[in-house]
Amino acid sequence: MFEIIDARWLAADVKRFEILAPRIAVKQQPGQFVIVRVHDHGERIPLTIAGSDPTSGTITLVVQGIGKTTRLLNSLEAGQAVLDVVGPLGNPSEIRKFGTVVVIGGGVGTAIAWPTARALHEAGNRVLSILGARTRSLIILEDELRAVSDTLFVTTDDGSYGQQGFVTTKLQELIDTEERLDHVLAIGPIPMMRSVADVTRPHGIPTTVSLNSIMVDGTGMCGGCRVLVGNQARFACVDGPEFDASEVDFDVLAQRNAMYRSAEQDALKRFEQSPARDLDRVEHACQLAARHPEVNP
Amino acid sequence: MTNSLPPKDRVKIPRQEMPTEPPEVRQHDFHEVNLGLTTIQAHAEAARCLECRNPQCVSGCPVGVKIKEFVALVHDGDYLGAAAKIREDNVLPAVTGRVCPQEDQCEGACILGTRFSALGIGYLERFVADYERTSGKIGLPKRAPSTGQRVAIIGSGPAGLSAAGDLVTKGHDVVVFEALHEPGGVLIYGIPEFRLPKEIVRQEIDNLRAMGISFETNVVIGKTYTIDELLGEEGFDAVFIATGAGLPKFLGVPGEHLAGVYSANEFLTRVNLMHANQFPDYDEPVYDCRERVVAVVGAGNTAMDAVRTARRLGASKAMLLYRRSEAEMPARQEEIHHAREEGIEFVTLTAPLEFLGDEKGRLRAARCQRMELGEPDASGRRSPRPIPDSEYEIELDMAIIALGTGANPLVQRATPNLATNERGYIVADAETLETSRPGVFAGGDIVTGGATVILAMGAGRQAAGAIDAYLKSHPPRQDSPAS
Ligand SMILES: Cc1cc2nc3c(=O)[nH]c(=O)nc-3n(C[C@H](O)[C@H](O)[C@H](O)COP(=O)(O)OP(=O)(O)OC[C@H]3O[C@@H](n4cnc5c(N)ncnc54)[C@H](O)[C@@H]3O)c2cc1C
Ligand SMILES: Cc1cc2nc3c(=O)[nH]c(=O)nc-3n(C[C@H](O)[C@H](O)[C@H](O)COP(=O)(O)OP(=O)(O)OC[C@H]3O[C@@H](n4cnc5c(N)ncnc54)[C@H](O)[C@@H]3O)c2cc1C
Ligand code: SF4
Ligand code: SF4
Ligand code: FES
Repeated sequence: MFEIIDARWLAADVKRFEILAPRIAVKQQPGQFVIVRVHDHGERIPLTIAGSDPTSGTITLVVQGIGKTTRLLNSLEAGQAVLDVVGPLGNPSEIRKFGTVVVIGGGVGTAIAWPTARALHEAGNRVLSILGARTRSLIILEDELRAVSDTLFVTTDDGSYGQQGFVTTKLQELIDTEERLDHVLAIGPIPMMRSVADVTRPHGIPTTVSLNSIMVDGTGMCGGCRVLVGNQARFACVDGPEFDASEVDFDVLAQRNAMYRSAEQDALKRFEQSPARDLDRVEHACQLAARHPEVNP
Repeated sequence: MTNSLPPKDRVKIPRQEMPTEPPEVRQHDFHEVNLGLTTIQAHAEAARCLECRNPQCVSGCPVGVKIKEFVALVHDGDYLGAAAKIREDNVLPAVTGRVCPQEDQCEGACILGTRFSALGIGYLERFVADYERTSGKIGLPKRAPSTGQRVAIIGSGPAGLSAAGDLVTKGHDVVVFEALHEPGGVLIYGIPEFRLPKEIVRQEIDNLRAMGISFETNVVIGKTYTIDELLGEEGFDAVFIATGAGLPKFLGVPGEHLAGVYSANEFLTRVNLMHANQFPDYDEPVYDCRERVVAVVGAGNTAMDAVRTARRLGASKAMLLYRRSEAEMPARQEEIHHAREEGIEFVTLTAPLEFLGDEKGRLRAARCQRMELGEPDASGRRSPRPIPDSEYEIELDMAIIALGTGANPLVQRATPNLATNERGYIVADAETLETSRPGVFAGGDIVTGGATVILAMGAGRQAAGAIDAYLKSHPPRQDSPAS
């Protein structure tokens, strides 16, 4: 059981958690993720580790509530606990000195991109970040990302904040005005990553995306997370999650991610109608201490 | 009391038939198919044993269960004694009694089988193990005084469990690390409830806990810890790698990424480990195959398990696509028989060439090719040959690829100087199961490739013996946190 030490909202549906997971906290590298199961009837979902503190033994997760499991998770508070957290899984991001790097975060993708942006910055890269959202209220981690960027640009679809347009509008401007861009990292919704790949491909700018395929075990055992990259099946959990954007078949990714749509909608509806059934299954850290005195209260 | 029947009368007793749940009922639920012998049946079956002076049956069992002795105890009505006798060689009798391919092992070697039918050794093993389980009087072996030495076991399948059981009785501290959230390996995530109720596996694991073994789930070795860390700061004196052969194989044909195409591992994991058959009470979904057509590619145990699971999820038509003929099917006879009773269709001499999808990327059909049998190949089975111009389409809503598995490279990649063979399996000494790294042993499917539960358990036991010997010659570490 993994206690939630802190939980706070970043935006309407996006919550940031500090979870006690000391073994993972000392190991985590940017780009890696954990698989979480909230309670004993729950599914296993992957979430990127947005940061960690080896001293306090906590990892940071930033969760966007889009379906049943993420909404359930986002209804939890400090003092409660999630049943299973396993990791750190996946390959770390490639961190080296590229030169000028553009880091693009769309929606909750910002949380996933942020630790990598920081590492790239620390590795001596010039980091230009583009943070995109539909509207102002959905912007998260702006200050955090700014702190690790040489320049931060914000775009909103509706123009309510920053520059009006898509992240690709800004990216195209940078391509046109900057002397050279050595690398692009784009993490966000599938259509966004696809557009970024389309923008950088003609210029031959090496571009990395982090794929959010559906996972079960996260260890290479099920093959459910397979994606087509360069026309070859690759397992996102062990071969990725980051891949060369120019080779990714985004159609297949989108189609596979839609595979359980009706069951997912059904589950969300049931949860919203009677959340108590699930909340009763969630462990509380004080019950944990009563049953397992070896765990510190 | 001994068996007073003369042998000529013993052979006249018919082999007892396993009572089963009727196929009409069971194809809609996940209850266990075999119901177990009654006490009267068990007594009658035990009476058939000829109590051979040189029992061939024992040499057919990979772990050498003392079959003659335990069967005599069953005949005497001393079921707990019989169970304890089996436990001397086999820590998971309720499991092996159900899933061992007995016809190739103990029963295949039983002398009765040459003229009559072999003794139902598996049925009897299951009978006494279930009796012991429900009696609540499990005779757990005693633990030797603590040696203060610590062994890490990676993976909680049958190999890891049997090694853990033996090592803890020898007085070592044993920690089993498991990547998933529940221990048991294939026994939990692969073999379905209707062949092996999970309650049984959980009870066996609870027994091991009661013996003092600790289980650490949610730990992926190679990620959470490396083997070097286990042997270093984590303070273990030896490591046993029992990670199984969990990497799913795909056909490599076009369209395999379509929604609705699964590996057997994923399909079975969703249902067995994650309870997708109980959606929405459990959250994990599985592709909806109610009133739809499902094909499973392959014909081994895994394929049978997958196709029978699909049937139970409500598939209107559940079939096997197999490129050879029925005679070459590697699954156990009992599974083939049960599958047929449940209305599974066997489409033999057929190989998929491509999966075809609709505009939304969902599977709609498989393009197949008919095959014929040629000369026997290296495995001794007649090898399939494509028949030219024989392609045709089969309409399908779901396909499950059950072509076996390979070695998952996670541990190997994170462990420098660990020798592997050309297929990625770990190389271990035939006698000691020690790997190229001193103090690191390996056994079960990760060494042999996909095999059987009992062979994996045999490897676990063999490794435990070798690890014990290794620890005796390597005194406890000074920095060991346990000392
Ligand atoms: C490597 C990786 C890292 C991720 N990191 C984050 C993160 O840091 N923060 C965050 O908010 N989200 C992250 N995600 C996405 C997150 O896993 C999904 O949003 C979540 O699983 C949705 O579950 P749900 O029950 O709430 O929604 P559902 O209604 O079940 O699903 C909504 C959509 O989420 C996707 N999804 C569903 N189940 C899974 C699953 N088991 N695995 C992966 N995707 C699934 C599907 O596309 C689905 O259509 C990450 C995904 C991956 C693969
Ligand atoms: C569907 C199916 C049906 C079968 N039916 C039968 C049958 O009827 N009879 C029979 O005798 N055999 C059967 N088999 C074969 C049998 O189950 C295997 O041979 C046996 O389970 C192998 O045991 P093992 O201990 O080597 O590995 P496994 O049972 O595979 O266990 C390995 C464990 O290690 C864990 N692991 C892997 N990597 C790591 C890591 N890096 N860190 C931590 N943990 C890790 C895995 O999660 C898993 O729990 C079947 C197999 C399958 C898949
Ligand atoms: S362990 Fe398996 S092979 Fe050995 S006696 Fe029991 S059923 Fe037969
Ligand atoms: S070979 Fe058959 S008859 Fe002989 S002892 Fe073994 S089980 Fe009994
Ligand atoms: S999630 Fe199962 S193989 Fe990647």
